[in-house]
Amino acid sequence: MKEIYLDNNATTKVDERVFEEMRPYFCELYGNPSSMHFFGGQVQKKVDEARGRVAALLGALPDEIVFTACGTESDNAAIRSALEVFPEKRHIVTSRVEHPAVLTQCRNLTKRGYRVTELNVDGEGRLDLKELAAAVDDDTAIVSLMYANNETGVVFPIEEAARIVKAKGALFHTDAVQAVGKIPLNMAQSSVDMLSLSGHKLHAPKGVGVLFVRRGTPFRPMLVGGHQERGRRAGTENTASIIAMGKACEVAHLHMDEESGRVREMRDRLERELSALIPNTRINGGGAERLPNTLSIAMEFVEGEGILLLLSEKGICASSGSACTSGSLEPSHVLRAMGVPFTCAHGSIRFSLSRFTTDAEIDAVIKELPPIIKRLRDMSPFGREFLAKK
Amino acid sequence: MWDYTDKVKEHFLNPRNVGEITDADAVGEVGSLACGDALKLFIKLDEKKERIVDAKFQTFGCGSAIASSSALTEMVKGMTLDQAMAVTNQEIADFLGGLPEEKMHCSVMGQEALEVAIAKYRGVAAPKHDHSHDHVETDGEVVCKCFGLTDVFLKKVIVSNKLHTAEQVTHFTKAGGACGGCIPKIKELIAEVLGEEKKTTQERPAKLTNLRKMQLIQETLENEVRPQLWADGGDLELIDIDGNNVQVAFRKACAGCASSGYTAKFVEQKLRELVSSDINVQEVQR
Repeated sequence: MKEIYLDNNATTKVDERVFEEMRPYFCELYGNPSSMHFFGGQVQKKVDEARGRVAALLGALPDEIVFTACGTESDNAAIRSALEVFPEKRHIVTSRVEHPAVLTQCRNLTKRGYRVTELNVDGEGRLDLKELAAAVDDDTAIVSLMYANNETGVVFPIEEAARIVKAKGALFHTDAVQAVGKIPLNMAQSSVDMLSLSGHKLHAPKGVGVLFVRRGTPFRPMLVGGHQERGRRAGTENTASIIAMGKACEVAHLHMDEESGRVREMRDRLERELSALIPNTRINGGGAERLPNTLSIAMEFVEGEGILLLLSEKGICASSGSACTSGSLEPSHVLRAMGVPFTCAHGSIRFSLSRFTTDAEIDAVIKELPPIIKRLRDMSPFGREFLAKK
Repeated sequence: MWDYTDKVKEHFLNPRNVGEITDADAVGEVGSLACGDALKLFIKLDEKKERIVDAKFQTFGCGSAIASSSALTEMVKGMTLDQAMAVTNQEIADFLGGLPEEKMHCSVMGQEALEVAIAKYRGVAAPKHDHSHDHVETDGEVVCKCFGLTDVFLKKVIVSNKLHTAEQVTHFTKAGGACGGCIPKIKELIAEVLGEEKKTTQERPAKLTNLRKMQLIQETLENEVRPQLWADGGDLELIDIDGNNVQVAFRKACAGCASSGYTAKFVEQKLRELVSSDINVQEVQR
């Protein structure tokens, strides 16, 4: 069965061009960039080129790019660095809808005496900048807010937030893992101090990430024991993946317009048609500014895991905010923070598209999902009550 | 992706007995929308009102909840009410070839619905497993406020499924799975249950037949030794008993642990203390 892959916020296909770019750096050009000989030196040049390509996509300078192993490492490194830079400051501000890479770390830090403020979001998943301004004080070391939400695609006003935070003297970090490559970013005209991205969310392989650290931003490394990345991240470079990351950023740059054009149109069509064909649905974050590729749709009286398993039978890969798929028992913390009612938080499904998504794949979902929902609602005691009333 | 057995998948994709019985003799409802799963079970009895001739269900929940409901209805058809009352959640899981531990609460939900249905039919007070938030009065004290679960219910599940960690209790009942506020209390309940089991183990008897000795070794390992290893994430398996030589293999965290030699000594000490002073424990790799 050919897969219809609509789970690109979880991970993406490695672009063929990216794979070709990285391929020689395993068996042939395997030198260590730090070596004095020509064999390592030629790899160093490719790593530098990759650094330049990542910088170009972000509107950053090459020396502001630090390669890491993943988005989670970048997030961890940014927050830890800020706490070391300001040892006297004991307060962190973040939001209730962050990725666990940020949220879990912050919550763990409360056990070590840090105060953490988790900002609320409204019913559409939007931040209240007044609440942010009120939360930051002299004791605040760092504010970490995501650029775009992985579950709903809701985009936070990161530039406004960063300006508010900078004016109060704290560092500002953003987890931009879902945003990079999907919406334009320009660090040259930005107040963001640090920004995380992840390779496998933009058609590079898993196992490589980036932390952008603005020139002049004080930084303390999490990994020490080597001069790599100008001492900001010790450890021999993952050369093939770094080179892939550079290529992926270059390709993403080329496709940015397509992402905001064709991909958005497909997403909007999927949203429109599903809402029309399936009664009692709502779009999570539908009233907010969103990424062009993400659709989180909540369907009342059904549970997400059943939907995913039945979609999977048809070859359709999506994900859910449902508790049952994650092993936890609560619906997603993002949907809960947004106050999505329990009746539909359990039945929320996320479709996330990419530039490889086709119209035929969208057609397949529009055809297959409505009967799946009807089948599960017919089976559900609550679905029957609801249908009886109609 | 969950590691569901083929039988779970088959019952999820082709559930048996979905629907309702309009003239049902007994109906049992557990769960709610807020909990994330709910089951309404209908039972029809024969003319003598002894045997179950038909069972149907409606379920809101994940794949394994639907499969467990389907399995339950297949299992109880043809049973007497007493036989049906005796069905355990483990039997429902076994019927499906097993469930992932995180999903055991689905089988518990099926067993509860059956109990509630039969109790209501017999006109006795329905057992209070209150997953459903509508029940107000409950036996015992509510431990998990998120899912409305009482200490009486939790202890019952801990005992019948031999649970020994708070995480397992969450997997089986959902208790502690939402806010997590009751996890310390769940740990206390487990300690209480394990403690009660401990009290039932005997002091070292004066003289033992071989058969009794073997039984006692097994009991001691189950009740005294393994719970202590579990606490550190380890486990052991009894491989063989040959006279006074007891062979054990270490599992989980104990397997390959640098201090397994000490652990073997601890096991030996316990067995000497509670079974017989001439026991030797050997660690084997198996």
